Amino acid sequence: MRYIGKKLITMLVTVLIVTLLVFFAFRVIPGDPAVQMLGIKATPEKVERLREQLGLNRPLIIRYLEWLKDFFFGDMGRSYTYGSSVKEMLGSKIPITVALTVISFVFVVAFAIPLGIYAAKHEDKWYSHALDTVNQIMMSIPPFFIGMLLTYLFGVVLRWFTPGGYVSYRDSFISFIAYLIFPALAIALPKAAMTNKLLKSSVLKESKLDYVRTAYSRGNSTNEVLYKHVLKNAMIPVITFLGMTLADIVAGSIIVEQVFSIPGLGRLLITSISNRDYPVAQAIIAIIACIVIVINFLVDVLYKLIDPRIS
Amino acid sequence: MNNKFRNNRKLYIGALITGMMLFLSVIGLLFTPYDPNEMDSSAKLAGISLSHIMGCDNFGRDVFSRILAGLGTTMTVAVGTVFIGIVLGTVVGAYTGYYGGRLDEILMRFNDAVLAFPALLLALVLISVMGPGKYNIMVALGILFAPGYARIIRGEFLRCKNLDYVQSARLMGASDMRIMFVHILPNTFNVMLSTIAIGFNNAVLAEAGMSFLGIGVQPPDSSLGRMLAEAQSYLFLRPGYAVCTGITIVLLIIGFSMLSEGLENNA
Repeated sequence: MRYIGKKLITMLVTVLIVTLLVFFAFRVIPGDPAVQMLGIKATPEKVERLREQLGLNRPLIIRYLEWLKDFFFGDMGRSYTYGSSVKEMLGSKIPITVALTVISFVFVVAFAIPLGIYAAKHEDKWYSHALDTVNQIMMSIPPFFIGMLLTYLFGVVLRWFTPGGYVSYRDSFISFIAYLIFPALAIALPKAAMTNKLLKSSVLKESKLDYVRTAYSRGNSTNEVLYKHVLKNAMIPVITFLGMTLADIVAGSIIVEQVFSIPGLGRLLITSISNRDYPVAQAIIAIIACIVIVINFLVDVLYKLIDPRIS
Repeated sequence: MNNKFRNNRKLYIGALITGMMLFLSVIGLLFTPYDPNEMDSSAKLAGISLSHIMGCDNFGRDVFSRILAGLGTTMTVAVGTVFIGIVLGTVVGAYTGYYGGRLDEILMRFNDAVLAFPALLLALVLISVMGPGKYNIMVALGILFAPGYARIIRGEFLRCKNLDYVQSARLMGASDMRIMFVHILPNTFNVMLSTIAIGFNNAVLAEAGMSFLGIGVQPPDSSLGRMLAEAQSYLFLRPGYAVCTGITIVLLIIGFSMLSEGLENNA
């Protein structure tokens, strides 16, 4: 319990630091948002009035606290570009990015864990070595290039899906999920290769330890030793890695959404950065940052559950 | 024995690929068959031929020349990034590892916070503040890579600061600065080598990703990531354009990652 409390406090402190950094980062940007909204031809009086309206002439730290309060109550201001409420703009995008992240993560686990165990069991066979080579290559292909290769192979040549034919989850949930499969694969393949490699080496390293010999000497079969003893210990570094991977997937989806024209958070983030639409960019980055922090916290807790020795 | 040989093989293959790519990128910085930005309207999306060995893009620019130039840009950004990261990381890591204390604790907390985040996300924040461009990417990524290096350097300094050779240097009256940078730092080199190689790997990946999104390297500098984004629109007509560009990026990354693994196994 004390462990969880400590991690919880660390999490809250990190949220504060990160939101503070994000907030200040977006204040350092040269250029007055009021001037930007009104255009350079606006009269100084008009600019001053808008600055007052937006609260731009108050001290930074107060603006930060207010922004933080509003942020957690769901009021994220208005987009400079569209004038609409940021909350509304993001509301429909979040489920898309979350769905993409979850599907990608499921793929990573589904590919990496069974294959990793299999590869470790048949370490000396030729197909295990072949898998090593495939892994090495997979790990080195950036997700956006895998995305393009998948688009070409399955979209253009085989015509299994229509490139750019994204379907909203409001129209058809099944078509929505179906469209996300290839983008999720593009994100998952390099990560699965890395996880697979880590799991294999972790199992092999554990298998050389004394407790494994003891387990064998007590008459356990290979499978019993593997699943009841080795895997439990071998999974510990893998779980840390999967936690980092989940955070990476959230960020990686920014690029892959661009490749497959999926209108999620990432695409909106890139548009808002290009348009210098700071309230939107700031809100998206703060949200993704909070998701990452919460994931890190959950991994820490899970870690403790699996391995009580950790303090 | 068998295992040792395999590890070395990784090092050799990695060094070979990296050497080849370095060679090509130096060529790309000095000389390309065509001007990478020269548009030839008669050669728009030209296929593979003797005069354009990888064909031409939608503006009639020679793809091979652009890949060479893009490699040059990518490598320049990677070198700049790793250099900035190493210098910052070494200063912070050496100081915190050697002296410890309150500042060490604060900086390491900050380090952990940065390391817990996907680099791409933080890079986007910095780039949206500083604006895109070749040099801004170097600075942004360099700052983001520094905590990783700082952590390793700090660990090495912690390990070395009480070893015999450091003690005797201290007894001989060497200053702290001399001990840190003349005596301890060279001993971290072995550990740093593989980290530097993986740093190049990450820098190439980050630069390509950001340029792909259009917020990295800006024209007229050619960039592999940006070319890949452009190639995507012509995937139907000229898949070769995307494939050539993509494979160049993949080769760069495979080279650096195998080199790093080989160095790590050899250390």
